[in-house]
Amino acid sequence: MLAKRIIPCLDVRDGKVVKGVNFQGIREIGDPVACAEEYNRQGADEIVFYDITASHEGRGVMLDVVRETAKRVFVPLTVGGGIKTVDDIRETLRAGADKVSVNSQAVQNPDLIRQGADIFGSQCICVGIDAKKTDSGNWTVFINGGRIDMHLDLLDWVKQIEQLGAGEICLNSIDTDGVKGGFDLPMLKAVVNAVNIPVIASGGAGKLSDFADAFQETDCSAALAASLFHFKELTVGEVKADCQKKKIIVRL
Amino acid sequence: MIAIIDYGAGNIFSVKNALDYLGLENQLTDDISCIEQADRIILPGVGAFPAAMKMLEQKNLISILKEQAQKKPLLGICLGMQMLLTKSYEFEECDGLDLIPGTVDKIPVQDRIIPHMGWNALEIQNPCALLENLGDSPYVYFVHSYMANCENRNHLSAWVDYGCQVPAVITDGKYVFGTQYHPEKSGEVGLQILRNFAALDVLERVLL
Repeated sequence: MLAKRIIPCLDVRDGKVVKGVNFQGIREIGDPVACAEEYNRQGADEIVFYDITASHEGRGVMLDVVRETAKRVFVPLTVGGGIKTVDDIRETLRAGADKVSVNSQAVQNPDLIRQGADIFGSQCICVGIDAKKTDSGNWTVFINGGRIDMHLDLLDWVKQIEQLGAGEICLNSIDTDGVKGGFDLPMLKAVVNAVNIPVIASGGAGKLSDFADAFQETDCSAALAASLFHFKELTVGEVKADCQKKKIIVRL
Repeated sequence: MIAIIDYGAGNIFSVKNALDYLGLENQLTDDISCIEQADRIILPGVGAFPAAMKMLEQKNLISILKEQAQKKPLLGICLGMQMLLTKSYEFEECDGLDLIPGTVDKIPVQDRIIPHMGWNALEIQNPCALLENLGDSPYVYFVHSYMANCENRNHLSAWVDYGCQVPAVITDGKYVFGTQYHPEKSGEVGLQILRNFAALDVLERVLL
C-alpha cells in the first residue's frame, strides 16, 4: 500500500537555512545540504527547499544547493519560492529537483501551471497555496507570503489548478501556520474532497499526534513541517513511529 | 562501465548522481560504440511513451538496444521499463522495444489518485538477483500513470498494491530488467538495487 509521506521543509535564504540561524550557535545547522542529509537519515520521504531569496544572485546559490544535495540525498527533492517562468522550472529541474512548487506566480499567471505540466509532466508541478478562512465561512487564496488576499475562493482555485494539470497541491493554512495547534483539518478535508490529486498538509504541526490526526481525519497524502523538525522538537522518525503505532502506513 | 542512455528525456542526472555516489563508473551517452563497449546499460525515462520511442528512433538507438540486450544486463527505469515491452497504449498505440512480451496500459483503478505517486512496498512474486538484500519492508518511490503488463507471469518479479497489483520489477530471466519505480530516488533500498544491478554476474548469465 502507498505510504503516507512525512516531508520536512527547509527555508533557505542566500544558501543558508534561515530558521537555523539562531539555533544554539551550531554552524552546520545553517547548511541546507547538511540539513537535507540529516532529514534523509531520519527517514524523510521527500525534502522541500523553500527559497526565500529576493535577489537574482541568491537564486543561483539555491540551484547550487539543489545540485549538491542531489549528489548525496536519494529521495525526491522539491524546490519552491521564486519560480516565475518555464525557464525557472527547467533550470530547477536540471539542477536536480524532482518537482517545483509554484505559489503566487501561479495565481497571477495560471498558465504557468499548464505550460509546466505540458513540457515537464504533471508529476513535477506542485502548486503551493496559502489560504485563510473568511467571515462567511469559505476560504480565500492569498499571495506574497500570505500578505495579499486575492479574494479567490480556495475550492474554485484547487479545481482550476487540477484542470490545468498540476500534479500535487501543498496546502498551507494561514490561520494555523505558526500556531502549533495542529493542521487545519476542516480546510484540508474540503480540499482533499474537491480534487483527485495528492494534497500535502502544511502549517500548524506542533506536536507528535498532529501528523497522525491529519492522516486519520482526512485523506491527505502527506504532511509537511519546517520549524518543528528544524528545532529538533521532533524527528521525522518519531513522527513515523507514532503513525505506525496508530496503524497508518508509513515507510520505515 | 555502465552506459546511461541519453536520448533527451527524463532526469538522467539523478541516475548518474546515484551511480557516482556508489562509485560505479558510468557515462551518459547516445553513442553506439560507447553502448557497445559498456558492460551494462541503463535506460532511464520520464515522460510520455510515444515521444520517448520517437527520440530513441531519431538517435538510431532502437536496434542497438535490442541487440545489446541479448549480450549484457539492461535496466529500464520507469518509462524505460515500459519501453521494454511490446506495445503501449499511452495516448496512442505505439511499438516498444519488445524485449519482454506485454503491453503498457493505464492503471486500472477508479477510486485512486492517478498518478500513483509516492512510496510503496515491494511484494516479491519471483525472486531475482536485483531484489537481493533489500531488508524486510522494501519501500520504493513511484511516479506513474501507466503500468507494464507482462504476458508471461514468470516475467513479473515484484509488484505493489495500489488497488490492483501494479508491476514493479520485471525481467526476461536473462539480461533484461525493468523497475517501474525510481531506484535513484528510493533511498537506501534503491541504492542497493543499483548495487545489485552492477554486481550481476555476466558470465554466469551467459552459461544460463
